[in-house]
Amino acid sequence: MLVVDIEKRLGDFEIKIAFESRGNVTALFGNSGSGKTSTVNMIAGLVAPDRGRIALDDSVLFDSTARVDLPAHRRHIGYVFQEGRLFPHLSVAANLDYGRRMSGLPRDDVESRRVFDLLDIGHLLDRRPGKLSGGERQRVAVGRALLMRPRLLLLDEPLASLDLARKREIMPYLVRLRDETRLPMVYVSHHPGELRSIATTVIQLDGGRVGEIGGIELLDRADRDTL
Amino acid sequence: MFDFTPEEWVAIALSIQIALVATAIALPLGIAVAWLLARKDFWGKSLLDGLVHLPLVLPPVVTGYLLLIWFGRNGPIGALLADHLGLVFSFRWTGAALACGVMAFPLLVRAIRLSFEAIDRRLEDAAATLGANPLRSFFTVTLPLALPGIIAGMVLCFAKALGEFGATITFVSNIPGETQTISAAIYTLTQVPGGDAAAMRLVVVAIAISLAALIVSEWFARRAGRRYHGD
Repeated sequence: MLVVDIEKRLGDFEIKIAFESRGNVTALFGNSGSGKTSTVNMIAGLVAPDRGRIALDDSVLFDSTARVDLPAHRRHIGYVFQEGRLFPHLSVAANLDYGRRMSGLPRDDVESRRVFDLLDIGHLLDRRPGKLSGGERQRVAVGRALLMRPRLLLLDEPLASLDLARKREIMPYLVRLRDETRLPMVYVSHHPGELRSIATTVIQLDGGRVGEIGGIELLDRADRDTL
Repeated sequence: MFDFTPEEWVAIALSIQIALVATAIALPLGIAVAWLLARKDFWGKSLLDGLVHLPLVLPPVVTGYLLLIWFGRNGPIGALLADHLGLVFSFRWTGAALACGVMAFPLLVRAIRLSFEAIDRRLEDAAATLGANPLRSFFTVTLPLALPGIIAGMVLCFAKALGEFGATITFVSNIPGETQTISAAIYTLTQVPGGDAAAMRLVVVAIAISLAALIVSEWFARRAGRRYHGD
């Protein structure tokens, strides 16, 4: 279970967000500027909240009163960034293996093969990131995050940089990921259609605050509001 | 024309040796200082920045004279190093390497600092989420991505060290076989009657070495650049 209760001031913008998530895929849903990316950055440990507490299962990642702030490299939280952020100087294979090497995990060919098959990226291993299409790049980014064996997977607008056809290409892989692994995920998007096919819990953010928490029916209302 | 006398060979070999040693020793220090200046905010940062760049703007004779005062056999730092490490700079080739390294240091730091500043720091964030501690992230992401700039800085440093004249001759004089580099030898030859032919030979050598260094660095930089942008 992920417990988030944080406050952070960024210039004039104040984020004050609290939620608990037990769901398999928790969607953080809201317009740009609602604090979605800042929230996942704080869960990942890339940005420190001013106050509050973040806990994952029985481990405390951040607690301002207890002065706990686990650095990002010790949180074991996978992060798929909007623009992939593959390392340009490493091959796809070395990118995929990076998390395992840095976390000091033993080589596991069975697990690697399973992830390559799940995401259909086995044929890309010898390439350089610069030679991948947008869809391939994001699949490799998901694979890289999975192979570090995370306790939680954060996905920040993983499809936003792709055109509609590429989005349709990747979504089935993410749904398979949800159904075939028990890995909890936090999925950030401002796109109701995208979330409808993957989210199990929806947390609506608005201006740095939590609006509503519910199921994917919240997305229908958002659709109506925008119409 | 290219029958070098033994003295000229010694000057050529010595120049290359001094420039290589100066570059090799300046490199790790240059990477550390460039990283501090590019990434960290600390008290005295402007002062460090100014100190690093000082040899670029001071008259070389002044830098050489300051080195003589501090690193000479009786200077505060020179005496310390000589007594404890047996490292003597004055009137030795090691002193020439020190002078060349100090004079070339700003060029090295500038090039490396620029390449650190050009790196997308979000890649370092990605490395952290993948379990890389800051040190490993530096060696596996930051340093390889800065490589083209580091190579460019090394070549600039080497070329500057090879041609350094003012600070070197002030600090360690112009002793054939010990501190007489190509530049100092050319200077000496132009001061004596009939030295023109020999001076011209060394001029050609200086041009050849500098050009070769530039070509090698271009090749490395292109190769590194290709690696990051696709192939």
